[in-house]
Amino acid sequence: MKLTVNGTEYEVDVEPEMPLLWVLRDELHIKGPKYGCGIAQCGACTVHVDGMAVRSCQLPVGALEGEVTTIEGLGTPESLHAVQAAWVAHQVAQCGYCQSGQIMQAAALLDLNPAPTDEEIDAVMSANLCRCGTYPRIRAAIHDAAQKLSEA
Amino acid sequence: MSRAGKIARRTFLIGSAAIAGGVAFGVYMAKKPIPNPLLDDLKDGEAAITPFVKIDANGITLITPRADKGQGAYSIQAYLIAEELDIDPATATITPGMPRQAYYNATVLGEGVPIPAYKEGFVADTLRDFMSVPAKLLSIQMTGGSSTVPDGFDRMRLAGATARETLKEAAARRVGVARGDLRTENGAVILPDGTSIAYTDLAAEAAEIDPITNVTLRPASAWRYLGKPDLPRLDMLRKCTGTEVYGIDMEFQDMLHATVRANPAVGTAGARVDASAAEAMRGVEKILPVSNGVGVIANNTWRAFQAAEVLEIEWSAPDYPGTSDGIFAALEQALGDPDSYDHRQRDEGDVDAALEAGEIIDARYRIPYLAHAPMEPMNAVVRVLEGQVEIWTGTQIPLFIRDRAATIAGVAPEAVKVYVLPMGGSFGHRLEMTHVEQAVELALAVPGRHLKLTWSREEDMSHDYPRPASVAAGRGQVADGKVVAFDLSVSQSAMAPEWFGRLSGMSLPGPDATITTGSWDQPFAIPNYRVTGYRAPSMVPVSSWRSVGASGNGFYHDSFLDELIHAAGADPLAERILLCLHEPARKVLEAVGEMSGWDGPSMAEGRGRGVGFCMSFGVPCAQVIEVTQTEAGIRIDQVYVAVDVGEVLDPTNLEAQVFGGVIFGLGHAMNCALTYEDHAPLETNYHAYEGMRLYQAPQIEVRALSNGSRIRGVGEPAVPPAAPALANAIFAATGQRIRELPLNKHIDFV
Repeated sequence: MKLTVNGTEYEVDVEPEMPLLWVLRDELHIKGPKYGCGIAQCGACTVHVDGMAVRSCQLPVGALEGEVTTIEGLGTPESLHAVQAAWVAHQVAQCGYCQSGQIMQAAALLDLNPAPTDEEIDAVMSANLCRCGTYPRIRAAIHDAAQKLSEA
Repeated sequence: MSRAGKIARRTFLIGSAAIAGGVAFGVYMAKKPIPNPLLDDLKDGEAAITPFVKIDANGITLITPRADKGQGAYSIQAYLIAEELDIDPATATITPGMPRQAYYNATVLGEGVPIPAYKEGFVADTLRDFMSVPAKLLSIQMTGGSSTVPDGFDRMRLAGATARETLKEAAARRVGVARGDLRTENGAVILPDGTSIAYTDLAAEAAEIDPITNVTLRPASAWRYLGKPDLPRLDMLRKCTGTEVYGIDMEFQDMLHATVRANPAVGTAGARVDASAAEAMRGVEKILPVSNGVGVIANNTWRAFQAAEVLEIEWSAPDYPGTSDGIFAALEQALGDPDSYDHRQRDEGDVDAALEAGEIIDARYRIPYLAHAPMEPMNAVVRVLEGQVEIWTGTQIPLFIRDRAATIAGVAPEAVKVYVLPMGGSFGHRLEMTHVEQAVELALAVPGRHLKLTWSREEDMSHDYPRPASVAAGRGQVADGKVVAFDLSVSQSAMAPEWFGRLSGMSLPGPDATITTGSWDQPFAIPNYRVTGYRAPSMVPVSSWRSVGASGNGFYHDSFLDELIHAAGADPLAERILLCLHEPARKVLEAVGEMSGWDGPSMAEGRGRGVGFCMSFGVPCAQVIEVTQTEAGIRIDQVYVAVDVGEVLDPTNLEAQVFGGVIFGLGHAMNCALTYEDHAPLETNYHAYEGMRLYQAPQIEVRALSNGSRIRGVGEPAVPPAAPALANAIFAATGQRIRELPLNKHIDFV
């Protein structure tokens, strides 16, 4: 089975029902997407498939259509995506475990809606759980990233 | 129980080690210097001037032994050393190092002394300082109790200063000038003529010198990093780019992936297992018994999870009640029962006589078991090779893990290496080590191979060692607009002895202070004031949950105080300020009043505000919460928080920790409970146990004060006041007094 992740094509020999998350983590050793719940309730595993935010723990790899982008493909420490830069500027992360998913979800949100209101942020981002309580800074960072992206 | 028995039980272990004759011997033993562990495996040209700083020709390594579970321990420890060492910590390698006795936690037991934190002065401070003695002897290298900053504040700065002065001495000897004529800057010693010599260049010579330990710490006015706004966390970039390596991310060539299913009634083994279906599944290599359950070893985590799910296991039942109803009945039965009496650390005035003076105000409270449920489930990588055990895991208790792994593997503790990794949250969950025990048991069956054990979310939540459920009864009396009697009784299973017994195999004699921590020790003056702890039988195995005893006692004490103040017809905030006998605590109450523009609990129609207060871990924290009753339920509009940690080292992270503490406290108070049925919780994943999601998160405004006389930690103290502040606000807005958590059993939230 072939799949493309962060611009690289991979061939894997796995059951088609294996969730994309475990193909990424245990077969391809791409560790940015995290396992949190396995039932699409926490969003720590969020990746993009052709730009759409997807819960990789619930997507059987056999049903994958499109190119996968993980947090590693969104930006790097040397070249941050605007959302990542806003996350650093606002010092959002505490334990940081959910933040790969939060950032991927926020990037997809801003792609569809470049200037979300607080209510729109709440509606989309509430599907991503953070147990440390970084929510006030997530809100602020998304507004900031939206501003920066609109100026770019 | 006989009266003598009760008195004997009133000696707290931690207190008694200091009070009852242990001190002299203990101090003598503890004063013997602990060897610097870095010297054990130092290579040529490396200098380990203190246990916290290692320098070689290639760079500087800072050892930060308190583990980072999201609270910022990694950063602040590095900044504390760097402040005196004169380096940019971002240029150093920062590592927790190997667990060793040198990294004992001198502070974490300090709050166990039977003197409330608001009482200062010679006896209290001496007792607290003596607590470092048992910690050192017990080698407790532990992260917890909001203790990283208070424990490391002097110690790590002294390490930085010692390293700096020793490097200066090395330079002084090399060039033949006095050490006093040298200064340091950005990782180098600067000679009088302006020439600089990099620390790395001085490492080999510094290694030959006895460390200069006669150093003076710089005053706060000279700090470059500490106390400054916008101090960046040193792990932030990694955490925003998916490049932080948590325990669950460890990867080794040819690694095996494992999981377990253990009896959710922890403490009792499984009776019958049918593994035939699981054994036939793709990628499954071995299915083996582990303590209290069954382990699956496979070549991929998902395959291990799938196989574990189809195991048919008949569990044996323990002898405690299997349902929440049965558990609460047992808690209620112990409450007030003389045979279940555990301790009474506060008994002022004549409570019984004062209660008889009029109609007693009665209130009954209860709180549920709560899971820690950190985002990263429990996991560990273990390899057993030729009598050596290596463990990679995120943990708050590396030395307990080292010793237990040694016992399981039948090797000496020195043959076990524990590599402590960043944690995807903990909230106290990683003060337990069942998952590591299981991983060692499985790794012994595949010698030479790295094996990663990962708990599924369901396994994690059903083996969480939750915050204890408890019940409380308040009885009080008011007269002439004043609270005149306050009598609170709390019933809970013993938490601290259970936990310590699991970790150490030793029993903790004496009462369990956690039953009333956060209620007996509050800084108020009420003429007749009594708090009593009752010990219910051990039931669901329980452990520390962010803010420990204060998580429930903060709710009990402050909710009941609010009821009495209301009954007296006084203002909730003004009366707390009047009753308060501790200056820093009074100041945080006054601050939230000012921040919220407090003019009483009533606001516009359908709105209300409540105040909550708790002093925990020596930190007074007050919160004012404003709510609105909407058609969809209660909405939290705004939270004002004032907190006093004595000295603020990192304002940006302090705010983050307070945001997090408030949201953690509110989310669980509103929405969460573990409900037991057949000895297992019904809530086994986040759909049934969320804490708080973003749409419920209120605006939070934080003010940090510095009137306290000792520096304190801020990871936990914002949690306890949140629940009572919200319940008190709901009362102000609706007239409904809710005395049971979670609040959503009684009222809807937006």
